[in-house]
Amino acid sequence: MVQITLDNLAHSYLPNPQSEDDFALKQLDHVWKDGEAYALLGASGCGKSTLLNIISGLLVPSRGRILFGDRDVTHQDTVARNIAQVFQFPVVYDTMSVGDNLAFPLRNRGMAPAAIAAQVQKIAAMIGMEDQLGRKARGLTADAKQKISLGRGMVREDVNAILFDEPLTVIDPHMKWELRTQLKALHNEFGHTMIYVTHDQTEALTFADKVVVMHDGRVVQLGTPEDLFDTPEHTFVGYFIGSPGMNLIDADVAGDTAHCGGHAIDLGGHYRAPQGRVQIGIRPEFVTLTTGDHGLPVTIKRIEDVGRHQILRAEFAGKPVNAILPEGFAMPAGANRLHFAPDRINVYADDWRVAPLQAVATPERKAV
Amino acid sequence: MSLVLDGVSKVVEGQNHITPTDLTLERGTMNVLLGPTSSGKTTLMRLMAGLDVPATGRVIWEGRDVTGMRVQDRKVAMVYQQFINYPSMTVYDNIASPLKLMGLNRSEIDRKVREAADLMQLGPLLDRKPLELSGGQQQRCALARALVKDAGLVLLDEPLANLDYKLREELRAEIPRIFEESGAIFVYATTEPEEALLLGGNVATMWQGKITQFGPTPSVYRQPRDATTARVFSDPPMNFTRFVKAGDKIDFGHGAVAAQGALAQLADGPYTAGFRPDHLHLTSQGAGGLHFACTLRVTEITGSETFVHLDHTGDRWVGLIHGVHHLDFGAPITVWLDAAHVYVFGENGDLVAPASYAAAA
Amino acid sequence: MDKVQNNKAWFLVLPVLVLVAFSAVIPLMTVVNYSVQDTFGNNVFFWEGLGWFEQVLTDSRAHSALGRQLAFSGIILAIQIPLGIAIAVCMPKKGFWASVCLVLMALPLLIPWNVVGTIWQIMGRGDIGLVGYSLSAIGIDWNYARDPLHAWITVVVMDVWHWTSLVALLAYAGLQSIPQAYYQAAKIDQASRWSVFRYIELPKMQGVLLIAILLRFMDSFMIYTEPFVVTGGGPGSATSFLSIDLVKMALGQFDLGPAAAFSLMYFLVILLVSWVFYTIMTNLDKAEGR
Repeated sequence: MVQITLDNLAHSYLPNPQSEDDFALKQLDHVWKDGEAYALLGASGCGKSTLLNIISGLLVPSRGRILFGDRDVTHQDTVARNIAQVFQFPVVYDTMSVGDNLAFPLRNRGMAPAAIAAQVQKIAAMIGMEDQLGRKARGLTADAKQKISLGRGMVREDVNAILFDEPLTVIDPHMKWELRTQLKALHNEFGHTMIYVTHDQTEALTFADKVVVMHDGRVVQLGTPEDLFDTPEHTFVGYFIGSPGMNLIDADVAGDTAHCGGHAIDLGGHYRAPQGRVQIGIRPEFVTLTTGDHGLPVTIKRIEDVGRHQILRAEFAGKPVNAILPEGFAMPAGANRLHFAPDRINVYADDWRVAPLQAVATPERKAV
Repeated sequence: MSLVLDGVSKVVEGQNHITPTDLTLERGTMNVLLGPTSSGKTTLMRLMAGLDVPATGRVIWEGRDVTGMRVQDRKVAMVYQQFINYPSMTVYDNIASPLKLMGLNRSEIDRKVREAADLMQLGPLLDRKPLELSGGQQQRCALARALVKDAGLVLLDEPLANLDYKLREELRAEIPRIFEESGAIFVYATTEPEEALLLGGNVATMWQGKITQFGPTPSVYRQPRDATTARVFSDPPMNFTRFVKAGDKIDFGHGAVAAQGALAQLADGPYTAGFRPDHLHLTSQGAGGLHFACTLRVTEITGSETFVHLDHTGDRWVGLIHGVHHLDFGAPITVWLDAAHVYVFGENGDLVAPASYAAAA
Repeated sequence: MDKVQNNKAWFLVLPVLVLVAFSAVIPLMTVVNYSVQDTFGNNVFFWEGLGWFEQVLTDSRAHSALGRQLAFSGIILAIQIPLGIAIAVCMPKKGFWASVCLVLMALPLLIPWNVVGTIWQIMGRGDIGLVGYSLSAIGIDWNYARDPLHAWITVVVMDVWHWTSLVALLAYAGLQSIPQAYYQAAKIDQASRWSVFRYIELPKMQGVLLIAILLRFMDSFMIYTEPFVVTGGGPGSATSFLSIDLVKMALGQFDLGPAAAFSLMYFLVILLVSWVFYTIMTNLDKAEGR
């Protein structure tokens, strides 16, 4: 196991990239710490697969270096880098039995048969296929095949890193829980460096210690799931993380107050008047419905019952504003104002977060 | 206008793919088929559309038996998980294609195409070819083509499954709006409970070729008829544990405790308790609460919430806890549960007592 | 799957049915007619029953023709299938040279049968043929018109030259359909080149290979033109395969009855083999589970 360093990395699929737009992956410096679980999160086409392929050695970057420890591996192939990878769609050896599929990477490396058998048993137990080791992989369902692919990716204990490329795409929701938990348990046990590419925020947040959010070929934020939720550095992170995403409202910010269409909103910090397009961002989780004349007056569109909570869909100045209300919450008559928890409001100028000069009060870190 | 399935079944090579099913879908309703992969959602849709002939039973459309009628002769539109468009035609021609087949005149076609395109936000893209569009736009095009037909029955087979998470969220919010304007019967297949809840309307939960329950979505969610329905309609899956009721005590396998609330009303005997992950708590919920000693297997933090995966004397549970909690793996942990959130199922899986909170909600 | 039935479609098939009736069914019935009758000319026929069939079944000449035929089909399959796969595996997967290879491979397939025969007939000649002359020059007394072994080698080499590219092209198509992820995964698993072939390429080619075997078997089982042009079935009857023998019998000796019975059985054998292949292939499809 080893620390992976991306040094001044950039990649373009064009032979002679001219402008920044030609780069699928823009300037990137990053260190993947040994033994951490990372997620690469972003919409399709944001450059996350390009980055994964560069790390795995399937693609040579147009600029920059990759270091494994102190070793420059930029021009080495996947085998030399000693990396395991699980692909989006199942890759199994059809004519082999399930057990042989799992044993294959170990046999190719000349491991002792007894050790192979023990390791295969362990992995089979993990993916829940102990009783199917003897049967042929051909004819299994797609999710069974994907479980074999996952198992084969994790069967070697000596790999430098394990890469996952949207591995749960073909898996049923219920099974996803099971497998993700297993991956996590495995990470706790062996401490492999894991890099997990996905467009699904739940998968990314629950799997990873650190999430790398990518947008338009750039890393817009790297942080723990809490960081991404509490203080999105970019409006894209606010929008992309959370369901529904962060509410963004145009505002004039001065001192510890924001003015939205003539309504004053208390902020949790003190700001020097930011330049550019200024917005305040608040997650629906920290919006409450009130009556009276405090808060932002809105037009309520509808309420969606999502089971464990309700989503209030409203509009302010023609823009949607959402709030999350508890399960079974009955809307008070005449309620048409939204209150934002001040210490949960973030301020953005031209899409990037502006840090407050100092917090007004001790933030009370508790979700609704 | 209604679609009635009367004892419809489907048998393939001696195996029941759909057990005899009765189902009535009313005009202007959104109906979600919810179930895991290969639970029979697509097969049932094919039977509704007339792409397959049922082994037994009849399909009745507006009071008329259409069992053997070809799909072309019915007013049916279908959208699939894959983005299916004519690759060589522009978006405009794609949307216009069913109208041309119907033999409408040019100005009417133009009006309808532009109307559907506006609804699906495809207005500026009408001259493009489908392969020049993003996945979300391609699926909008397929949806527009289905809508423009003015079909009485619109079948959507996991239409958002191949889209990115956020795109899915956007289109999902649009579909109920589109549906409201069309007045047709919508049938929407999905594997995701959350999607079913967001779409609203009615839900039919499916398990192994059988509709286990059909009714308004929130009521199926809160008042499942049996353990199978409860499991299918819960993500993360519902937690289950067995217990025995004897006199005024209940025993979850680690000592008898006083039976509270609805649990006190049960006849003596063995039962299975079921409760949803979001009803588990790490702190006491006041009097009348149940508590369980568990082992913590794994935690997952979403940024605002924490999933705790627990081992309760062999039962695997998931709890969804508000806030961020950093806990030690493998450590013993006590979790609390309000008895009002417990569903009680009998030995055969049928609901014996609903969770009392649900009756109030 | 029992789909909704629409019987109108049958009318659309009618023209084809008529055509097939004239081109296949009626001639076939004529053959059936001949196979159960005898004639002494003048269009006078006598009922023979299954006599001709019996005669052909016990005829040592028919037996040896069948033996030669099976040997020939077996040999060319044993050479062409592995050779075709080997070529396909070695061909470049994309780029300019892939196109060049494809065109080169397709060339022999475009040459008419009798031309192929003529080419090899000339090539094999000891006096003017390139191959024959070269062989003679290094001391081998090459003469396919006299030596049965030489005749066999010539015919087999000719067929391999003519048809291996079909197998190669089919196998190549099978290889092209394997997603890149499989090769990447194999690399990561440190699979040897042989393992990649054995566990990825071969299983994925299985379907097309079965089709290739079926096509090559049927085609070689009915081979006529090329050996007829090269050796005329000789020397003696060393290269008289079933169809050559059949023509000799029907046209050379005008034994219409036995020839008709012979050809019917010939037809049944091919039908049987095709059916076996079809069953194997559909079973494989099912095992795939899609």
